Amino acid sequence: MTRSGAWKSVMNVLMFSLTGLCTLFTIGTLLFILGYLVSHGASALNWAFFTKLPVPVGEIGGGMANAIVGSAKVLLLATLIGVPIGFLGGVYLNEYAGAAAAFVIRYATDLLNGVPSIVIGIVVYTLVVHPMGHFSTVSGGVALGIMMIPIAVRSTEEFLHAVPNSLREAATALGASKWKTIVTVVVPAAITGIITGTMLDLARVAGETAPLLFTALNNQFWSAGWSHPTATLPVMIFAYAIAPYDDWHRQAWAAGFVLLMFVLAINITARFILSRASYAPRGMV
Amino acid sequence: MDPSSGDLAKAVDARTPLPGNHSPADTPGGIGSDQMKVQTMKLKASNVNFFYGGFHALHEINLQFSANKITALIGPSGCGKSTFLRSLNRLHETIRGARLEGTIVLDNENILAMNASALRRRVGMVFQRPNPFPKSIFDNIAYGPEINGMGNHQHVAELVEQSLIRAALWEEVKDKLHQSAYGLSGGQQQRLCIARALAVNPEVLLLDEPCSALDPIGTAKIEELLFTLKDQCTIVIVTHNMQQAARVADYTGFFLMGKLIEFDDTKKIYTTPGKKETEDYITGRFG
Repeated sequence: MTRSGAWKSVMNVLMFSLTGLCTLFTIGTLLFILGYLVSHGASALNWAFFTKLPVPVGEIGGGMANAIVGSAKVLLLATLIGVPIGFLGGVYLNEYAGAAAAFVIRYATDLLNGVPSIVIGIVVYTLVVHPMGHFSTVSGGVALGIMMIPIAVRSTEEFLHAVPNSLREAATALGASKWKTIVTVVVPAAITGIITGTMLDLARVAGETAPLLFTALNNQFWSAGWSHPTATLPVMIFAYAIAPYDDWHRQAWAAGFVLLMFVLAINITARFILSRASYAPRGMV
Repeated sequence: MDPSSGDLAKAVDARTPLPGNHSPADTPGGIGSDQMKVQTMKLKASNVNFFYGGFHALHEINLQFSANKITALIGPSGCGKSTFLRSLNRLHETIRGARLEGTIVLDNENILAMNASALRRRVGMVFQRPNPFPKSIFDNIAYGPEINGMGNHQHVAELVEQSLIRAALWEEVKDKLHQSAYGLSGGQQQRLCIARALAVNPEVLLLDEPCSALDPIGTAKIEELLFTLKDQCTIVIVTHNMQQAARVADYTGFFLMGKLIEFDDTKKIYTTPGKKETEDYITGRFG
């Protein structure tokens, strides 16, 4: 009796410590990465980093203005492609699909979400880059746009699902047709959540590198246009980190820091907006 | 709140007596033939059967609703009274697997053959829990007129004011029309929902236990409101509260296990019910 009691209390302490340590490790990892980025990249982080082009090998200084603008263009295009498709798909999934169809759509969406990003890169390379004959900003946007679709579908579905059915009934009982109910009541009630979902989706693909390696490629100069290769922050980090120059390494760290800050800022803003939403699923705020 | 038939009878006695009584067994229409001569039937359900998938929820319901009267549908939970109410504006069609058989006629027009939106504009509904849209008070009321294309902005604004006056809410909200409807109390929200339903000028107003989420003061205000509204439309109210049915309704129908057991003048139902089940229910022996 006492032996088993002692055993129980040892196990209790052990499990408590183990789970606690793993939690600490999780939080610690984020803090460690942040600290590491700051300590290695802070010295290269200056005004020039945001305004200047990369300098030729051997020169010290320069910046990544072209990569920042390039990332912005690629992400803008990705949003324009991924969000409308994902949003309307999510509306279909929650408002129109029957139980069996919904199961299939959800399953397919989750599988698409699980497709390795490099595979999406190859597909876009074959379908867009190859026919165009060269790497381009557009193809990078298409690749990231495809990656945004599954999350946009599922987050739209989740936020629409959180809108109480009583609101749909109220609109229907006033003579609103199904699509009118969706457009005038359901989507407006969920729009804050849908927007934040989109922001988080954007934050997720912002750091994707693999699909950009053979779509947007890279560029040491300003991109000549949407149909030409462009530098992006993630690819620039890759290129600078494997180069044998200390100054480039520092700039790679700085770029990593900027990217992380961008992602964190989007996350925090999104969660702030979400906390003020009318209807949100539990656990999202 | 243990209802006794004595209290209920008193509540009924306070009201003007109504013409002759018959049980539904005597006349398939539900209401005695002598009444039919003097009253216009607004809505008439014949041989209504209702199914949720394989579940037979309503059996051969025959019921008529007199114009400009209040009819209450009472019965224990799950007896089918709400299901029946929702079939009167075809709201059941939004539920997958729900199926209605029989005919329901609104002013000699089969509602099953009508355009659903047009029907619901004529047969408004108020729900169990107040369900205002997450919009301003004004936009809540303006919603119906706007989606139904009832005139310009000026006209809609007039309809909003009229509807709020009709729902006895105008004085309380006239200075905050552009604030969120969620800032109102539960009782005010429910009157807002009534105003929202009234804004499209429905001929019939269906209320599905409209007071079940309200306190006694909120309930009293809604009941008072129903009396003033019955000149303007035909009212059908589903309620769990038998005193409420006794206070507000001209006619009462008693549902049990998907069947209409008895339909008659409210006074008759509460004083000398024709069926044993009705008596058992209103004297609180079950349900």
